[in-house]
Amino acid sequence: MKHRALILSALSVTLGLGAVALAQTTTLKKGLKITLLPKNINNPYNVIETNGGLAAAKEIGANAKVVGPSDAGATTQVSYINTAIAQRQDALILAANDPNALLPYLKRAMQSGVKVVTMDSDTAPEGRTLFVNQANSEGIGRAQVQLLGKLIGYKGDIAILSATPNATNQNTWIKWMQEELKKPAYKNMRLVKIAYGNDDDQKSFTEMQGLIQAYPNLRGVISPTTVGISAGARYLSTSPSKGKVVLTGLGTPNQMRQFVKDGTVTAFQLWNPADLGYLATYAAAALASGQITGKQGETFTAGKLGKYTVGKQGEIVLGPPYTFDKSNIDKFNF
Amino acid sequence: MKQLRASLGWEATILGLVVLALLGGALLSPDFLTASNLSFLVANLAEVALMALTMTLLVIVAEIDLSVASILGMCSSLLGLLWASHVPMPLALLLVLGAGALAGGLNGLLVTRLGLPSLAVTIGTLALYRGLAYAMLGDRAIADFPQTYTNLGFGNIPGTQIPLPIALFVVLALITAVVLHATAFGRSLYAIGANEVAARFAGLRVERVKLILFVLSGLMSALAGIVFTFRFSSARADNGAGLELSVIAAVLLGGVSIFGGRGSVVGAVAAVFLIGVINGALTIVDVSNEILTIVTGLLLIGSVLVPNLLARVRAARERRALLRREPG
Repeated sequence: MKHRALILSALSVTLGLGAVALAQTTTLKKGLKITLLPKNINNPYNVIETNGGLAAAKEIGANAKVVGPSDAGATTQVSYINTAIAQRQDALILAANDPNALLPYLKRAMQSGVKVVTMDSDTAPEGRTLFVNQANSEGIGRAQVQLLGKLIGYKGDIAILSATPNATNQNTWIKWMQEELKKPAYKNMRLVKIAYGNDDDQKSFTEMQGLIQAYPNLRGVISPTTVGISAGARYLSTSPSKGKVVLTGLGTPNQMRQFVKDGTVTAFQLWNPADLGYLATYAAAALASGQITGKQGETFTAGKLGKYTVGKQGEIVLGPPYTFDKSNIDKFNF
Repeated sequence: MKQLRASLGWEATILGLVVLALLGGALLSPDFLTASNLSFLVANLAEVALMALTMTLLVIVAEIDLSVASILGMCSSLLGLLWASHVPMPLALLLVLGAGALAGGLNGLLVTRLGLPSLAVTIGTLALYRGLAYAMLGDRAIADFPQTYTNLGFGNIPGTQIPLPIALFVVLALITAVVLHATAFGRSLYAIGANEVAARFAGLRVERVKLILFVLSGLMSALAGIVFTFRFSSARADNGAGLELSVIAAVLLGGVSIFGGRGSVVGAVAAVFLIGVINGALTIVDVSNEILTIVTGLLLIGSVLVPNLLARVRAARERRALLRREPG
């Protein structure tokens, strides 16, 4: 009896090991043909993004190339989609210029056996198998509060300088910021005001001025909009509050470089476009190699970025936003 | 007669270049001469080809219509707006064609009644019609067209790789060619283009002919707008932006004289396809966009330069021959 149990358990262990071995044998295929199709070429942001994709392709021995239109018109990407079909590419990774105008052509690509992955800017779900999203709303909202908390030592009045009162993405982020602020770690931080700069440079500038004058105990401002954060930083850089009020939010390295260098802003966030392209290429390769099919819950490994899980409707989220500061800002040009 | 032979010579050259470009494409990539690739390539030319037909007629009478792509965009937006407001599709299509004819008619009236140059008039309406397109849809895109209709723009003739919009184009091209080359109306266009004053004295109703041509141009642009909308299943205000340049470039490359009086449908159509095939062949070997634009530009300059140079050489040779024959 005992003997039999032993055999059985040995058998199950062997089977288990076999299963593990099997899972590992579905490695990425070598020599995959991958086309990266950004919104338009020669735009610095897109160049960084596709360079990340090319770097990933090099790691996995894929033949990847970047093609694309010189303007981001709604239909200019169509002939490149067709070319990918004609060239029998294994995968097409694109940032869609229009969520619908490309659909019939993307469907045709998928019917011809080209795996379609969107990054950055999605099409309607039926036009692709996977969408690699830079960040989700919850991640952005919470990370912004976490960063500000760290910068002001979790103490003092804070404000938000948003875009327009009815901007969907801004309001969702703000909702998650308020959610994050409920945690005990932030009990000494008080949100005193949400101001709106309407994504207008002048208005954001005066709103920042108003916040600082109205709230003498203000320690920090989060501006989750690229227009707001740079206008706010411009005001702060010449005001007596420079160095006393901490400004952070979402911005691009090129806009914020001078303010980081002159000490107005210590750190701000956005995603790292190179990582986005890198992840999209790994996702496309996993798809083209049959490791994943795009179903929710499937997992794959994306090189240095580690393990990722496919979410609802084929969405893969890169992760929390990337923090830019003095130490890394010069590595980015967009 | 000599002029006709010279212009037919140019058309033969363009047709020859199309064949060469196809062969070149086949040499560059084994994927080029596949039915599906060619089918797509040709379908992608549908709107430009359609608008080039009426542009040929206008340029032959020494006029031009720079507003065609804006009428395309305006009609695409109108189609989207009507569909979004639950207007039945057949009625919507009729209204859109009517709007195109009206837009063309306004161009025509400004040119014929007020005697304004069509270049200036249609630069103005280029902005006006595009503006109306944005006024209707703004940044919005209407995309939920019924599949029966989007299939008309996107699909092929059943059982073939011939795109439906191209089948439509072939029919219209044949009609245009017959009208231009085999009817009195067609011949009157050459007469007007060659010498408007003489044509007037000969009793041709120049203004009425031009007005008709502008209306046809608007109508054709509306049709191109419908094809565009269904082909991409997307009505947007910026649809077709900049296409007027492709249309005019093709017409001129096709040997239609910008000074009027000369040219043919065959030439213009062949030129549309020449530019399309060259672009397609270069795209499939991943030539960058900048190079593509440069090649197209050089091609156009060449198309103006080469016939001119040939004409000069011929003239110089005739002059020399004449001098030799003269005694002393």
